[in-house]
Amino acid sequence: MSAPFDITVVGAGPAGIAAAVTAVESGARVLLIDDNPRPGGQIWRGDWNSGREGDWLNRLAASHVQLETSTAAIDERILDKGRKLILATGARELFLPFPGWTLPGVTGVGGLQALIKGGFDVANKRIVLAGSGPLLLACASLAREKGASVMLVAEQSDSAHLRGFTASLWRHPGKLIEGARLGLSLLGSAYKTNCWVESAQGREHVESVQLRHAGRTWQERSVLLATGFGLVPNTELAALLGCHVEDGAVHVGDWQQTSRPSIYAAGELTGIGGVDKSIVEGRIAALAATGREAEARTLFSDRTTWREFAAGLLRTFAPRPEVLSLAAANTPICRCEDIPLSEVAAHGNWRDLKLATRCGMGFCQGRICGSITRALYGYGPNSPRPPAVPAPIQALLEEREL
Amino acid sequence: MKPDVLIVGAGIVGSACAWELSQLGLRVLVIEDEAVGGGATAAGMGHLVVLDGSEAEFELSAASLRLWDQFVARMPEGVEYSRCGTLWVAADQEEMAEAQRKHNFCAAHGVRSEMLDPVQLAETEPNLCPGLAGGLVLPDDGILFAPVAAQWMIRDSKAELLRATVARLEGRRAILADGTVIEAGITVNAAGARAPHITPGIPVTPRKGQLVITDRYPGFIRHEIVELGYLKLAHAASGESVAFNVQPRKNGQVLVGSSRQHGVKTHEIDRHMLERMLRRAIEYLPALPQLAAIRCWTGLRPATPDGRALVGPWPAQPGMYLATGHEGLGITAATATGRLIADYVANRPPIFDATAFLPERCFHA
Ligand SMILES: Cc1cc2nc3c(=O)[nH]c(=O)nc-3n(C[C@H](O)[C@H](O)[C@H](O)COP(=O)(O)OP(=O)(O)OC[C@H]3O[C@@H](n4cnc5c(N)ncnc54)[C@H](O)[C@@H]3O)c2cc1C
Ligand SMILES: Cc1cc2nc3c(=O)[nH]c(=O)nc-3n(C[C@H](O)[C@H](O)[C@H](O)COP(=O)(O)OP(=O)(O)OC[C@H]3O[C@@H](n4cnc5c(N)ncnc54)[C@H](O)[C@@H]3O)c2cc1C
Repeated sequence: MSAPFDITVVGAGPAGIAAAVTAVESGARVLLIDDNPRPGGQIWRGDWNSGREGDWLNRLAASHVQLETSTAAIDERILDKGRKLILATGARELFLPFPGWTLPGVTGVGGLQALIKGGFDVANKRIVLAGSGPLLLACASLAREKGASVMLVAEQSDSAHLRGFTASLWRHPGKLIEGARLGLSLLGSAYKTNCWVESAQGREHVESVQLRHAGRTWQERSVLLATGFGLVPNTELAALLGCHVEDGAVHVGDWQQTSRPSIYAAGELTGIGGVDKSIVEGRIAALAATGREAEARTLFSDRTTWREFAAGLLRTFAPRPEVLSLAAANTPICRCEDIPLSEVAAHGNWRDLKLATRCGMGFCQGRICGSITRALYGYGPNSPRPPAVPAPIQALLEEREL
Repeated sequence: MKPDVLIVGAGIVGSACAWELSQLGLRVLVIEDEAVGGGATAAGMGHLVVLDGSEAEFELSAASLRLWDQFVARMPEGVEYSRCGTLWVAADQEEMAEAQRKHNFCAAHGVRSEMLDPVQLAETEPNLCPGLAGGLVLPDDGILFAPVAAQWMIRDSKAELLRATVARLEGRRAILADGTVIEAGITVNAAGARAPHITPGIPVTPRKGQLVITDRYPGFIRHEIVELGYLKLAHAASGESVAFNVQPRKNGQVLVGSSRQHGVKTHEIDRHMLERMLRRAIEYLPALPQLAAIRCWTGLRPATPDGRALVGPWPAQPGMYLATGHEGLGITAATATGRLIADYVANRPPIFDATAFLPERCFHA
C-alpha cells in the first residue's frame, strides 16, 4: 500500500504540533492525530489564543497539516498512514499511593488543573496540594485565581535542593516557571518545603489531609487534595511498535530517531522535560525526517539547554524515600482490580505479580499501578500489546463496513 | 537428595501432576523457566467445559470437572471460579439438531443440560442477535483464572520449584541449559507446546489462539457462550479457523475468542485472524463493537495430530511420562491428567479408562 502521507505525527501536544508544523513548512504532506477532541496536549488544550501557544496553535490552524482529533493510534496500523512516523504521545501523571489516595476528592495536580480549565468550580473550596515540582505551584495559582482557598502547598523536596534550583531559573523564562514564581509570591506562608502528605481521611469524600513537616504531623481540613509527584512518559505505543524503551522513556539519537527505522520520538515521551524541550525536540524530529539535518543541527544547543534544565528538575524534585513508603498494608495499589499493597509487595517481578494478583489487568492495563510499582520496586509492565490505549472493539477492525 | 519425580513445566498441567504425585508421598521437583502458570495457562480463557467430541474426551473432561469441584472449594478467591455454565448457541435448525444430540448425550451420561427455544435464549442472553434457532445450557460448566490455580497447586503440593530452563529431558534425567544434570526416579514432560523442544519426537505442535478482553460490562453476557459449530471448526486438523466464544469474567470484563492457527510459533497479534474472530463474534453480539477493548493477546495451544492429549508413559524414553498435548482443553483437563499420571505411577486402577490418551498409540499409528 502506498502511504498517503509523508509524515504521520501522533500526539498534538507541543511536541507534536511543533513537529507537524515544521514538517509541513518543509513541504511534506503531514497527518497529525490526537485522541482528544482538541489539539494542544496537556498544557495548551483549550487555550487557543494566548502567547506562545497561540503562535503554535495559529500556525497549526493556518497550515496544511491534516488534523484528526478524537482519534487514537492503537496499533501498528499507524505505520501504514505515512512513510515516516513521529511519536509525540507525551506523559501522564505519576500517582504515589498513601492511605486515602483513592478517595473521591483526591486528584492529580494536572487533573485538577484540567478540571478547573474545563469549568469546575473551586470558588471558596478548601484545597491542599501536595507532592513535588513546579506543577504544584502552577495549579495552586490557577486555583487561587478562581477563588479557591489554598490551605497549603506541600513540597516534599528539601529547601536546600530547591534554593539551588530556583537560583538557576532566571535562565529559563518558561511559562511554567513564571506560573511557579507567581504562585510562590501569592502563596507566602501557605507554601512549605520538606512537607508531604501522609494520608487523606474522609468517609465518602476527602474531609481532611494529614501532613508531615519537620517531624510534626497535623491534619488540615480540606475537600480537595491534589497530588503531583511527577510525570511518566506514555511509551505504550512506541513499545508496541518495537521502539527501544529505556528507564521508562523512548530512547532516541541525535535526530530524535528511535531504534526503529523511520520512527522518531519527541517531547515528554523521550524523557520528562517540559514544554520547551518538547517543542525543540518536535522541530528537530521534523527537520531530520524531512531531510533538513543542517537546520536541525542548529537547534542542538537549545535542546541541550532544555535537557539540562529537565535533568535539574528531576534531581530537585525526585521523591524522597519517605513518600515512597506511605502506603499501608491495605492501601490499594491497583485501583482497577482493588489489589492492596500487602498482596503486591510479595512478588519480585511484574509478571509474577500480575499472574498472582491480577494487578495491572484492569482498565488502566498498568498505566497507573505499573508506574507505581516501577517507582516503588523498580519493575512495571513490560509486554506491550494492542490496543496502546483502550479503544472500542470497532477500532480494532479495518475501516470497511461491519 | 535425588527427587522421586522431576516435572518440567509449571503450567496448569504440570502443576496438577505435581499436586497429585505429592499426594502419593513422593518428593517432587518442578522445573519452570517462566512464571508458574505463565505459559498457555496464562493465555487461555479458563473455561471448564464438558466436551463430547468422543467418548474419551467426554470421560476426560467430565472426570476433570468433578475434580475441579473439589479443588476450587479449597482455592483462594483469586482463582475467580464462577459456575457460569456454558451456553451452546444454535444458529439454524441443523445446529439445533446438534444441540438436541448433545442434550441426549448429556442425559445418558448424567450431566445436567437444558434446551432453550429462541424466546428462552433471548431472555437468557438479551445481547445475542435475534433470529437464532435456540441453544443448550450446561449449568455445571464454569470458568476460573488458571494461573492462580496452578500457583495454589504448586504451593499446596509442597513440591520444590526450581526456576531454570531445561535443555533436554531424557528418560530419568534433565539437563539444564547451564549443563547441570538432575537425576530423578521418574520424569514428567509437561512443557506444553515446548514439550518436543526438550524431548524430540513428541508429536506436539503449537496452535496459536488470540483473545481480546474488554473493560467491565457486568451482565452484558451471563454464560460462557459458544457457537455449536465450535468443535467442527476447532478440530479442523489443519489451517485456520475462528469461532464465536465469549466469556463473562467475574469482574464484568468480557473475554472474546477464539481463533486457531497451526504452526505459528510467535506471539504477535495476527491482524487478519483477530479481525475474522471479532467479526464472527459481532455476528452473534451486535453490540460488541461499542465495548472498549483494553488488551489483545495470544497463546500457543499444545496440539497433537489426532486431537487427543498425550497422558502416560512415553515408550521412547523409559522412566518418562508425558502430560501434554491438550490443545484447547488443557485447563479443563489438567485435574484428571494429574490424577491419571499419579494412577499410572502408583500402579493403581486409573480414574477412568484413558487408553485413548496413552502416548504409546504414536508407535502403532
Ligand atoms: C496532566 C498534566 C498537566 C500538565 N500541566 C502542565 C502545565 O500546566 N504547565 C506545563 O508547563 N507543563 C504541564 N505539564 C507538562 C506537559 O507534559 C508538557 O509541558 C507538555 O505538554 C509536553 O508536551 P508533549 O507534546 O510532549 O506531550 P503532551 O502535551 O502530553 O501531548 C501528547 C498528546 O498526545 C496524545 N496522545 C497520547 N497517546 C496517543 C495515542 N496513542 N493516539 C493519539 N493521541 C495520543 C495525548 O492525548 C496528548 O494530547 C502537564 C502534564 C500533565 C500530564
Ligand atoms: C487462546 C486460548 C484459549 C484457551 N482457552 C481454554 C479454555 O477456555 N479452557 C481450557 O481448558 N483450555 C483452554 N486453552 C488451552 C489451555 O490454555 C492449554 O491447553 C493449557 O494451558 C496447557 O497447559 P500446559 O500446562 O500443558 O502448558 P503451559 O501452560 O504452556 O505450561 C508449560 C510450562 O512449561 C514451561 N516450560 C516449557 N519448556 C520449558 C523448559 N525447557 N524449561 C523450563 N520450563 C519450560 C513453560 O514456561 C510453561 O510454563 C486455551 C488456549 C489458548 C491459547
